[in-house]
Amino acid sequence: MIRIRCPFCGERDHSEFSYGGDGSIDYPALDAPVDDWVEAVYQRENIRGVQTETWQHTSGCRQWLLVERDTMTHEIHSVRMAHEGVATLVEAGK
Amino acid sequence: MTGSRLPAGGLIDRSQKVSFSWDKKTLHGYAGDTLASALMANGETVFGRSFKYHRPRGIMSAGVEESGAIVTVGRGNRRDPNVKATTQELYNGLQASGQNAWPNVRTDFGAVNNLFSRFFSAGFYYKTFMGIPPMEWGKGTGIWMQYEKLIRKAAGMGVASREPDPDTYEHGHRFCDVLVVGAGPSGLAAAVKAAQAGLDVLLVEQDFLAGGDYLNQSSPEAAAKIKSALEALESAGATVLTRTTAFGLYDNGVAGLLERVTDHVADAAAHTPRQRFLTVRARHTILATGALERTVAFGNNDLPGIMTASAAGIYANRYGVLAGQNVVIATNNDSAYAPASTLLNAGAQVTVLDARAALSESVAGMLESKGMAVKTGSTALNASGKKGISAIETAEKNNDSWRAGSSIDCDLLLVSGGWSPVVNLLSHRGVRPVWDAANLCFVAPEHNEPVQMAGAASAVWGTSDCEESGNHAAEAAIASINSHAVAGRGNVVSGGWDAPIAPLYEVMVKGRKLKSFIDPQHDVTADDVRLAHQEGFVSVEHLKRYTTLGMATDQGKMGNIIGLALMAEALGREIPEVGTTTFRPPYTPISLGALTGRGKGAHFKPLRRTPMHDWNLANGATMTEAGLWQRPWYFARQGEGITEAYIRETITTRKTVGLVDVTSLGKIAIQGPDATELINRVYSNAFAKLPIGKARYGIMLRDDGIVMDDGTTWRFSDTDYFMTTTTAHAAKVMVWLEELLQTRWSDLKVHVTSVSEQWAGSAVAGPNSRDVLKDCVEDPNTVTNDALPFMGVIETRLKNGVPCRIARISFSGEMAYEMYVGSDYAESMMDLLWRSVQSYDGCLYGTEALGAMRIEKGHVTGVELDGRVTIDDAGLGAMASDKKSYIGSALRQRPDLNRSDRPALVGIFPKDRSETFKAGSVLCAENKMEGHGEGWITAVTHSPSLGHWIGLGYITGGYQPWNGKTVTAADPVRRGNIDVEIVSPHMVDPSGDRMRG
Ligand SMILES: [Zn+2]
Repeated sequence: MIRIRCPFCGERDHSEFSYGGDGSIDYPALDAPVDDWVEAVYQRENIRGVQTETWQHTSGCRQWLLVERDTMTHEIHSVRMAHEGVATLVEAGK
Repeated sequence: MTGSRLPAGGLIDRSQKVSFSWDKKTLHGYAGDTLASALMANGETVFGRSFKYHRPRGIMSAGVEESGAIVTVGRGNRRDPNVKATTQELYNGLQASGQNAWPNVRTDFGAVNNLFSRFFSAGFYYKTFMGIPPMEWGKGTGIWMQYEKLIRKAAGMGVASREPDPDTYEHGHRFCDVLVVGAGPSGLAAAVKAAQAGLDVLLVEQDFLAGGDYLNQSSPEAAAKIKSALEALESAGATVLTRTTAFGLYDNGVAGLLERVTDHVADAAAHTPRQRFLTVRARHTILATGALERTVAFGNNDLPGIMTASAAGIYANRYGVLAGQNVVIATNNDSAYAPASTLLNAGAQVTVLDARAALSESVAGMLESKGMAVKTGSTALNASGKKGISAIETAEKNNDSWRAGSSIDCDLLLVSGGWSPVVNLLSHRGVRPVWDAANLCFVAPEHNEPVQMAGAASAVWGTSDCEESGNHAAEAAIASINSHAVAGRGNVVSGGWDAPIAPLYEVMVKGRKLKSFIDPQHDVTADDVRLAHQEGFVSVEHLKRYTTLGMATDQGKMGNIIGLALMAEALGREIPEVGTTTFRPPYTPISLGALTGRGKGAHFKPLRRTPMHDWNLANGATMTEAGLWQRPWYFARQGEGITEAYIRETITTRKTVGLVDVTSLGKIAIQGPDATELINRVYSNAFAKLPIGKARYGIMLRDDGIVMDDGTTWRFSDTDYFMTTTTAHAAKVMVWLEELLQTRWSDLKVHVTSVSEQWAGSAVAGPNSRDVLKDCVEDPNTVTNDALPFMGVIETRLKNGVPCRIARISFSGEMAYEMYVGSDYAESMMDLLWRSVQSYDGCLYGTEALGAMRIEKGHVTGVELDGRVTIDDAGLGAMASDKKSYIGSALRQRPDLNRSDRPALVGIFPKDRSETFKAGSVLCAENKMEGHGEGWITAVTHSPSLGHWIGLGYITGGYQPWNGKTVTAADPVRRGNIDVEIVSPHMVDPSGDRMRG
């Protein structure tokens, strides 16, 4: 079982979280061309090693997180709030 | 071999006699016995019959590695097969029996298989299944199916109870700084040191006593050490759990434990669980898991009366049982001399065959003082005896090979082929063990896990070395937790024997055909390994699967290394080049009940009741499941079944008025200055100009342009919206909005809050619904057609003063209202509405009538919006705005999503209107029942409005190309095939006059 250190709630079992997806995607504007959307939605890297992914603390604070996780070892390198404003507030509160 | 109880000694309590039954005989043992030690003391030798050849099998060890004494414990619904007699604690009334034999283990007719053993060699199942020699007559699966049954009957393990398990199991959770696995000399030392450093320590021991190898050394000093360690742990606040196995090690310091709570108790209190499954999160883990003594492959090495050397020492010292009188010990290392001396002291005759050329000085000195016979350069070649060993033919060293020697009579043969450190748990973490050439075993390599190996688990053999090793492991754990540099392995010498161990895996003499077992539980022999190699299985992982070596319940704890050594020899390589197979959890078997815990029956998944659940039941509802929700299905009146009830409810609602609980719909409060912008981006249709006081039906797409969900959104102010979702997708939509706001559109100032639990909802539908509302709200003028037109929204109060929100929206196709009050007021709302509905001869209705009315109208739900359809496929293309961009608007333009031959939503009538048909049927062109057909049926109902059965479904190209053609609804395994007509999905009131009226 992976343990994830939620910046808001502390370290919890991964069963409290839901996996989102690739956290490195910069989604295009809604009116961007179809090709940009195809690139963002379908052309994904299948990384062996450290990748940034989104997780939501669904059974906790419900915040979406950006998690750097090693896909080989499950080692978690960093966890931060996905929402920049919230991330700043949480950092300031520490 | 005939075991007997020694007159004194051991850790058993001779004042507490314990009576138990073995194969229906009543026997006696003592508290502190295992089933194996008690049976041995009673002179029992044969415990079961082997898997394939039905050879008699006896005790081979004194622990979890046991491969021979596999028995069935308990009876009736508590019958537990494949229990290791060597770990089963004895208790009063325990019932046990031998396995895999008929009529009993002493007289087994299946032993005839032994004569045909040629047919049961490696890969037997694969070969017979493919119909190749030696069973070529078994070509084809037909014959296979026949004799597979016979083989299963003759070979096989114990038989599990077919009755439901009467016991309860618990799941628990624990946290600690340091988890120490194993309470032997190194584990106790490590736990004490860590606990005394102020760390929170959890020490677990699979045995029913803490002490590990101390328990096997009948010395007062050893007992004193256990006592003082346990006292130190208690005063330092550490937790010690015995009868608890750490069966698996997982990411981030998580360990799985199984605590056996009542498996050793005759009459467990009803409130105690049988076992607890504990999930532990430890910052650091110390594996003081010990080592297991290996056997050696030689002829008939599976005969009862052949066991590991350490086991005989344990039976004598811990249980006060002498395993045999006339003992031969075959060893390749120093460790066998301690049990040899124990047995000698207990009065047995002992002869040692040491495969090595010379003895160490300490061993030689001990032998001189005791008068033990030792032959160096000698070992066991072939055992003989019927139901137990009676003689051993020796092999003598002849340069690099063996030659047959003499025969020695004996009733007990002890074997020590070296020791395998228990590195299984570290291996669970993906750390591959490495070969230690000095100690001839696999050990942990350098690794980055927060795990320390200690004691024999790290190939340290001597007791005081193990204690020191435990101290070092604790120091490393303390340093790691306090973020100091991690200390190295320290100055503990590995191994610790005076003379080195000599490699000895199989004893063979040229030209002799021997039956030498390496996995007794699965009857895998040394010849099987060579055969597998000969047939091309050269990887250990393939070897394992082909021969089933190490795949029995003992997971090859005693024999795997021999298999690897033989494979290495066959390949002409060294053991480290061949490598080892990966150990996987669980270390020892776990009952399915423990994995399930309380999550069964009604507790299998959470139950969601609406706040008017009791009200529905009190008013005659039969409930159904909708996801986790309990919803009213139908309200049967006197003499009605479901069909009569829902048809009446549908007719009544369409004729006058009906009332239904719709609380399970998802509800989301969307608030903030950018609420309008958010809603306009996620719905495919225009929302930017939704007036205050209005609701609108909306469809949400996913990024890929496929429909995600539908629902209505009500506007209360510039900044305050109320969104409803389908019951099925409530959680998903909530998560989706949160994801968008937090990860993509962090500039939007919007709060989304799930209020599904906060609002109780009902729908009032039918021509008289407005009159019902007038009766029930504080001011009837607020619900007139002008004040509350179609898609209008108001916030008002019910007659009883309860605040409520009402929207005039319709799922049934009738004039209808959805009304929400705070959940605490659900019943009062229903009381009020129901009184009025009754005054119009209306009814309560459930999901079945709701479904009938929506199918008649062609309104889609989850079964139509199944994650594969576009908005056009569902016939809702008009809901896709071309004046704005929204989620999914780009990718829904992909060419394949816009082909005219995509399946599209249609209505379906049976050609013969008296016919019925079923959802799930495949729609095919007439007489072309092939492939995937042309479409499928999603939902069917009897339509009271039309007087016959109708359905919704999808078919290639939709309604137009099939207009006037006969289509077959294929359902070959249920109703059979019937002819249907394809019609518009709007089967009743297509103009929508009724709901607008
Ligand atoms: Zn959190």
